[in-house]
Amino acid sequence: MQEQITPIVSMKGIVKEFPGVRALSGVDLELLPGEVHALVGENGAGKSTIIKILMGVYAKTEGEIFLNGEKKEIKSPFHAQSLGLGAVYQDVNLAQHLSVAENFFMGQLPRTKFGTVDYTRMYRETKETLDSIEVHVDPKAIIRTLSVAQQEMVAIGKTMHQKAKAVIFDEPTALLTADETKQLFGIIHKLKQDGVGVLYISHRMEEIFSICDRATVLKDGCLVGTVDMENTDEDHLISMMVGRNVNDMYQIEHVEPGETILKVENISRGTAFQNISFEVKRGEIFGMFGLVGSGRTEIVRAIFGADAKDSGKVTFMGKPADFTRPVQGIQAGIALLPEDRRAQGLALGMSVADNTNMVAVRQITRLGVMNKGKGEQIARCYVEKLRTKTPTVYQRVKNLSGGNQQKVVISKWLAQDSDLFIFDEPTVGVDVGAKLEIYKVFESLIKEGKTIIIISSYLPEVMGLANRMMVMYEGRQMGIITREEFTDENIMRYASGMKGKES
Amino acid sequence: MAEKKKQNLFLSRFQTELLLVGILVVLFLFFGVKSPVFLKVETLMKLLKQASIYGIIAIGMTFVITSSGIDLSVGSVVGLSGIVVSMCMVSGIPVILSILIAIGASILVGLFNGVLVHNAKVPPFIATMASMTVVRNVILLMTGAKTISNLPQSFTSFASGSVLGIPNMFLTWLAIIFLGIFITGRTVFGRNIYAYGSNKESARLSGINISSTVYGVYIFSSIVCGIAGILMAARLGNGVPTSGVGYELDAIAASVVGGASLDGGEGSVIGTVLGAMIMATLRQGGTLLGINSFIMEIMIGSLIAIAVVIDKMRKS
Repeated sequence: MQEQITPIVSMKGIVKEFPGVRALSGVDLELLPGEVHALVGENGAGKSTIIKILMGVYAKTEGEIFLNGEKKEIKSPFHAQSLGLGAVYQDVNLAQHLSVAENFFMGQLPRTKFGTVDYTRMYRETKETLDSIEVHVDPKAIIRTLSVAQQEMVAIGKTMHQKAKAVIFDEPTALLTADETKQLFGIIHKLKQDGVGVLYISHRMEEIFSICDRATVLKDGCLVGTVDMENTDEDHLISMMVGRNVNDMYQIEHVEPGETILKVENISRGTAFQNISFEVKRGEIFGMFGLVGSGRTEIVRAIFGADAKDSGKVTFMGKPADFTRPVQGIQAGIALLPEDRRAQGLALGMSVADNTNMVAVRQITRLGVMNKGKGEQIARCYVEKLRTKTPTVYQRVKNLSGGNQQKVVISKWLAQDSDLFIFDEPTVGVDVGAKLEIYKVFESLIKEGKTIIIISSYLPEVMGLANRMMVMYEGRQMGIITREEFTDENIMRYASGMKGKES
Repeated sequence: MAEKKKQNLFLSRFQTELLLVGILVVLFLFFGVKSPVFLKVETLMKLLKQASIYGIIAIGMTFVITSSGIDLSVGSVVGLSGIVVSMCMVSGIPVILSILIAIGASILVGLFNGVLVHNAKVPPFIATMASMTVVRNVILLMTGAKTISNLPQSFTSFASGSVLGIPNMFLTWLAIIFLGIFITGRTVFGRNIYAYGSNKESARLSGINISSTVYGVYIFSSIVCGIAGILMAARLGNGVPTSGVGYELDAIAASVVGGASLDGGEGSVIGTVLGAMIMATLRQGGTLLGINSFIMEIMIGSLIAIAVVIDKMRKS
């Protein structure tokens, strides 16, 4: 790389602090014109935080940003756009009910001299922009009617229309087929030739190696380094991403597993997951690891009965357990602690007591009438047991911190006395102290003969807690590995689709 | 210290209600000073009687709003049950049986709303707007838009009657208030309304019976509207095809002033009762003072806006 080239974007010493959490500590990132630059790291490494800072969504705590050599303060997403920064997110940000052209010109519709919208000009200019990147979509087409791939191409076109000099792609191929990915890469090449800088975020190693020039690696909010792709290989990049020792905090006392209590045979559902088979034994902590969107959540939801599955067979405690409604799973003794507790696990406006008794309501009810005092007593007992920090059991759950909210969700299922606890990302947004207490709960659960399935995107967590783990990649089961075989490299290889029973 | 903490807790749990009691006291003092007649027992009883009809409807509305729905068909159900009870009695069916038939007809509307909302996934606003229109015009068709008169005296005397000086109308409202408080606070169905209203997905994943919750709120709403319609016919002494027109708005206003949130998950029977009382007091007091009724309605409209803004600010 020649030293004289002025970078389009240069971020220096970026620090971002959220209340109680340091999300980024002194990260540098540089993007040159005509360069495709990969941004890699595990979930939680800080990739999306740094991008949100660049795009004006978050304000940085410390650090400097230079655009074309000039120091800038990026105040808002709109400001970022006007400075020539564009972003294409995986869940495309387009107005679904408007046409391609209207999306391009949103907020700045051209007018005719009579003051009406100048559609002729809009369609013409939209077509010109789309042609320049060789995307063949009708400017009059309504976004909703386009395929995901076409929508993504339109979103790229929109950033071009806004004269973006740097474009960020956040997991752009997550929803694309192989052919569509190829087309996307064609467009990225085109952008590169035009001197646009591309920041490319992806978990897929083969993509990064095929189109990127350099890669910046983040880990736990810190910069690990920036490497030229020519001078590195996949192993090196992965070791940069995960290069850490498993922390002692995840060490918990396991129990000797008992009989098989859950048996899953060849279950599939559409594109979400295919031919999944595994068994879980009593007292085990069974991990499910994979990147977001790899089908982990969908599998446990199907087992619980929250979603139906297309085919396959589930047996729970020796009985057929092909559930189609959550209430069936609950009655059989399965508890699902969902991924997004605010959206799926809690009634935020209701009290700790109400939430605690939501599932196990029968034990405090006679003829449809609740014994409120008894419910409050049960809630108090769990508040004490889990050391939930709340002034009283009448407190509305929305006023509690993330860790304490999670404890309320756990209380709700402990009160029901379930046999199998499925935790989907139990410690996301939970501070370290509460995390440790949640792990203590895991420990006491397995001691009481309960069984746990834990889904986590945070590798050290699953590695530290699980007896065995299944690694998923794009809806496929890449392998089940036992504790002795747990190594970062091993697991990351499976999880990025590089090694597995089907590939 | 502990004493104080407990007191604060009480305050925080009933803040909306306390605020409304405060407003009500201020209104009473204001009208009482301006017009001595206002504080007379007779006037107060008249006020309670007037507040009763839509106070009853508002309790059903609170159930629906708490479940994150809305019921625009309440006014039409009031009309339907009034007409059905009148037609039955005029054709010689015994009073009690006529009342049961009228309630049955009301339940059908609630069931229809429930099916549209839960099974057909029609947004509650649209579903109940449709049934509002359908039911109203069924009434007009049934009656040829004519009032049904000559109702038996045994029926009409209920509305004017009283027990120990307390009007029967108000006693009926009181009974429904207690029923509402009991259901929302003490029954599984009641807590399910709140759980479903604040988070549908979490309710489903917690194994809550969603269909019975949705059917339940719309049917409860239509039952209390049926009762209101019967009271209305008794008070007017006639079955009037247009009775209940526009009541949905007063009922929504009372619920919302009482702290219910149109986003669901929040709503209080006591708050709603106070909301209905405040609106009735303003109307009654305004009439006594000879305030222009248009100005009164402007004040009521402003009150609704102010009450909700204050409530939002307090909760955020």
